[in-house]
Amino acid sequence: MHFDLTDQYQDRPSSIHDLDPRVKVVLTILYILGLSLTPEAAWFVFLVFFVMLLLVVGWAQLGLTYTIRRSYIAAPFILAALPIFFMLDGPTLITLPGLGWTVSAAGFDRFFTILIRTWIGVQAGILLTVSTRFPDLIWALDELHVPKVLVAIVSFMYRYLFVLIDQSMRMRQARASRSAVTQESRRPSAIWHAKVVGMMVGSLFLRSLERSERVYAAMASRGYEGEMRILNSFHMRPQDWFGLTMGSIVLLIPLFIQFIFIR
Amino acid sequence: MLLRPEPLHIPDGFLSPVVAVAGWILAMIFISIAIRQTKNQLGERQVPLMGILAAFIFAAQAINFPVAGGTSGHLLGGALAAIVVGPWAATLIMSAVIGVQALLFQDGGLLVMGWNIVNMGVITAFTGYAIYKLLLRIIGQGRGARIGAAFAAGWFSVQIAAMATSVELAASGTSPLKFVLPVMVGVHLVIGIGEGLITAAAVGVIQASRPDVLIAGERAPGRRLAVFTAVGLAFALLVALFSPLASSSPDGLERVAAEMGFLALGQDPTYEIFPGYTLPFIGGEALTTILAVTVGTMIVFGIAWLIARTSAVREAAGD
Repeated sequence: MHFDLTDQYQDRPSSIHDLDPRVKVVLTILYILGLSLTPEAAWFVFLVFFVMLLLVVGWAQLGLTYTIRRSYIAAPFILAALPIFFMLDGPTLITLPGLGWTVSAAGFDRFFTILIRTWIGVQAGILLTVSTRFPDLIWALDELHVPKVLVAIVSFMYRYLFVLIDQSMRMRQARASRSAVTQESRRPSAIWHAKVVGMMVGSLFLRSLERSERVYAAMASRGYEGEMRILNSFHMRPQDWFGLTMGSIVLLIPLFIQFIFIR
Repeated sequence: MLLRPEPLHIPDGFLSPVVAVAGWILAMIFISIAIRQTKNQLGERQVPLMGILAAFIFAAQAINFPVAGGTSGHLLGGALAAIVVGPWAATLIMSAVIGVQALLFQDGGLLVMGWNIVNMGVITAFTGYAIYKLLLRIIGQGRGARIGAAFAAGWFSVQIAAMATSVELAASGTSPLKFVLPVMVGVHLVIGIGEGLITAAAVGVIQASRPDVLIAGERAPGRRLAVFTAVGLAFALLVALFSPLASSSPDGLERVAAEMGFLALGQDPTYEIFPGYTLPFIGGEALTTILAVTVGTMIVFGIAWLIARTSAVREAAGD
């Protein structure tokens, strides 16, 4: 039983993959910030953002629909925004038959703006993850002055994630092989399930704690002094500077469109 | 099995940029205090211990069980982490978990990650810890007491986190408070039971085989600061829940208040940190209200922190 998380990264021989991870992190954040700053109902600007994203996805040789196919991840949260349809004043678009609730134009605009921002924003995150190896991503965050200890904890977590998930899967297998199940019997209650899961969590915690003691002892005996040393390092090459500059300029385009055509 | 978006992981686009940035500032304050606190507590064991425990929380979240209607219950883990390693270490552990979920699985946005860290890391850890400690003080230190306190800690931590999430959504104009608050809290009344049961059973197992670990967690340094932080957070949440009533001109939130008939209450606010909850030099009512609430929250937190600092010094001098 083995669980593998690395399949998030999609290796392609593209210049997007080759770009310095710092550049990609900065441009992704700027892109999402740009999306958030785009005013409500500026549909054309959102379209420009979306086309930009698709171009980069295509450039990264992922196939144009790659991020769209995986963008369902934020879908359940959309429910939280649904009532905004009915909550804003303004000219009425539709009245729901039977309920008498009215959908205002403002509510319609607000809802679809949130929907589109989230949908495109999630895809930008997916693009960053699938085009950058996770250790490189963590390294970039360290370079961009995310607190060192936090970065070290995250990289440690990434290293042991597989180990602990495998361990929890082995525990589940062991439990399943010890417990008799008859098809006819009534299903046990959710409370019983929760208790069993809680006990597994408790023993997984103790095993993790003891593992961390062993790991620390092994590290200390190899000369660990409280600082993580990371071997990989990138240098900003000319093409990275070019990518950063071009990316920033391209990200200004939607902003110009807003000022020239919409205001 | 790991890709399950939850009602508490806010994605990008749901919070306005101002609200999102305020969340990052708060998260960074908490993370930097937590780094200092745990450095004192753990020394060079800090990184390996907390890294592996972050992986543990992630793995524990993946163990789920079926609940009625095709949904599944599982652990969030902030309260459990706070009980076993103390609230400051739990803050760091949960921040790492939330960061990896956002970066690797897009479970929660990047720009709004600050609030996700505050909601699911800081708030669950501190409310869970405060409730657990409070109940242990009231009902004693026995095995049953620990399990009962752990259940309450798990349940409350999820409720408070859900309330905070609702406030952030309302402040961004994404969803009106009068809708999102009852829905969020209603859903989490049930989710909280699962969280409470898992936390309680886990604490029971740890109590039975390694009681020393629980005692060490309860005595984690920075306790006093932690209790003050929990009180400060609860107060800030209370202010945020009722701040729409104190703003001076009708905006989105105020309209909700007016519809609910609360406006009469808001006419004469008994507390007024800033005149009418707006800062004069920045235009835009909604924006300044949010800004004022944020600044107010930080002031409250700062005061709580100062009080905790001085009392900690006095405690050290007294011992």
